[in-house]
Amino acid sequence: MKHLDEYRDPERAGKLAAAIRQSCARPWTLMEICGGQTHTIMKSGLQTMLPDLISLVHGPGCPVCVTPIELIDKAVAIAARPEVIFTSFGDMLRVPGSHKSLQDVKAEGADIRMVYSPLDAVKIAQANPSRQIVFFAVGFETTAPANAMAVWTAEKQGVENFSVLVAHVLVPPAMEAILSSPACRIQGFLAPGHVCAITGFRDYETLAAKFRVPIVVTGFEPVDILEGVLMCVEHLESGRFDVENQYGRIVRRDGNVPAQDTVAEVFEVTERAWRGIGEIPQSGLQLRAPYAHRNAERRFPTQVGRVSEPSVCISGLVLQGVKKPVDCPAFGTRCTPDHPLGAPMVSSEGACAAYYLYAKA
Amino acid sequence: MSQRLIESVFMPLFSNDMLDARHDGAVFTVDEANLAFTTDSYVVRPLIFPGGTIGDLAVNGTVNDLAMCGAQPLYLSCGFILEEGLEIEFLRTIAESMKAAADRAGVKLVTGDTKVVDHGKADGLYINTAGIGRVCHRVGADRIQPGDAIIVSGDLGAHGVAILSTREGLQFESAIQSDTAPLWCEVDALLDAGIDIHCLRDLTRGGLTSALNELAQSRRLAMHVDEARIPVADTVRSACELLGLDPLYVANEGRFVAFVAPNEAPRVLEILPQASLAGTVLDEPKPTVYLRSRIGGERILHMISGEQLPRIC
Repeated sequence: MKHLDEYRDPERAGKLAAAIRQSCARPWTLMEICGGQTHTIMKSGLQTMLPDLISLVHGPGCPVCVTPIELIDKAVAIAARPEVIFTSFGDMLRVPGSHKSLQDVKAEGADIRMVYSPLDAVKIAQANPSRQIVFFAVGFETTAPANAMAVWTAEKQGVENFSVLVAHVLVPPAMEAILSSPACRIQGFLAPGHVCAITGFRDYETLAAKFRVPIVVTGFEPVDILEGVLMCVEHLESGRFDVENQYGRIVRRDGNVPAQDTVAEVFEVTERAWRGIGEIPQSGLQLRAPYAHRNAERRFPTQVGRVSEPSVCISGLVLQGVKKPVDCPAFGTRCTPDHPLGAPMVSSEGACAAYYLYAKA
Repeated sequence: MSQRLIESVFMPLFSNDMLDARHDGAVFTVDEANLAFTTDSYVVRPLIFPGGTIGDLAVNGTVNDLAMCGAQPLYLSCGFILEEGLEIEFLRTIAESMKAAADRAGVKLVTGDTKVVDHGKADGLYINTAGIGRVCHRVGADRIQPGDAIIVSGDLGAHGVAILSTREGLQFESAIQSDTAPLWCEVDALLDAGIDIHCLRDLTRGGLTSALNELAQSRRLAMHVDEARIPVADTVRSACELLGLDPLYVANEGRFVAFVAPNEAPRVLEILPQASLAGTVLDEPKPTVYLRSRIGGERILHMISGEQLPRIC
């Protein structure tokens, strides 16, 4: 596959791994932000190619993992309404709420449809004028433009029976929260390449300067990640704290401006709760006033109680890179992908599930 | 889910040595003839997909379950459950595809049954087939030895991707065809050449990963496979990439894995030119499958829980 195979080339990967071993003189703890990167690391067994001096910890960039349990409960309650066709990306379906997942209510007869694009949900709305179509708008800055476009399209075409349940989150405020925590032990970051493809990386320059950490904007293929690690280690070993762009084939410093404009037209920044982490100021998106009538929470008011996570689950600490999944007493015993206690065990992008699926014992 | 049902409802009631072997079919002796017997039900949606129909699947699936017992498939039974309103012409198309598949596999359909249920009580059409075959060679997980070569019979993932892309209305530039096919011809060719096959397993639901894990568990021997040596067609690889699926977990309907002594592997590859030597059985009494990734890292190839769901981003 063109544009993929060259980034999965064993020879290039081997050379990069050797270069990392050569550059690395001291122990370093690096965090890859995005769940997609965690997935690549575990799936390709990259950790087995790195020197023991480098510890990779896994960040909060798994949208499924950080969506609060209360919002899953709301999704479940809305999806169960007979007039609703609930649409969602596939991997939200298995996430357990406090009692049920979307898959559970689907099995009970709710009309829940998996879509690959939010615009498909708008099409479903046009094809079913007598039903209410709700799209679960989940994700980071990467999915926000497409979700904004769906809302904008529905508005422009007067598709009144389309609304969104918004759970959008933003990366830089989460990184700031992690770096501000006294428990933080992260010395360098691999920033999420696809998020930066949309947003650019000026915000990351501010973070790097403020917290004196190197941040490498990194892609998702094995060679990308090894190169990102190499750049990060070189920064750390030479005491440089700035932003470097490993993913230059996709990411520009200013990002994708039309996409940013689309997001800004439909959404505005707001406070948001992150599952396992808590409230982070200015870390989420909500619909702007002209689109607020498409807010599914408003269209289908539902009362859900405040829910606490199982006390044994350390997913908050895992999502902040303070602990690794294997540090959890429930990992692989009481908590498995079949019976997840926390969201990082549910999504294939979640760090716990990635360890469970791929880690060499 | 079905595994849990089997464990909790059926096994306690019906347990016996043949069922407990948990193979694709039961193997037994009647008047000195070694026979294999198997059954399977087909509820696939859509009923017609690129490269096949529910009819091909119903014949090939049962033929393949017999072939995986080292048995030459001989006779099939067939039960149809039809939903009221199903068009006769459509049913004829399905029946014709079954006839073609049976001819190709060299089996006869010798008994059958048809039931019609009310509109809305079935997804158009369900088929059950059962089959009897003559065991030509004893194969089984218990015959797997440390050092055995693990051979994959061809490229993986085409069936699952063909079904999923049709079901989800996804279109790729080149349509991916299901690999549905009878496997007896390939097994027969190996046996004819005198290859002592230790174990066979078709790579249906859960793909190569499930097959290897189940065998590693039942034999309690670790296995090691090399991702770079597991063939996946470029079109399937690209489609899986787009859908966020891993071809090693995707279902196949015309592929199998064979375990043979290492010195027989070159001959197997000569007889089956599409096959690939994917790995080895280790001398390590652990129910674990290791994978060397395409770029040279090591990890575990773990069973999947539930269905693979496409990722958000």
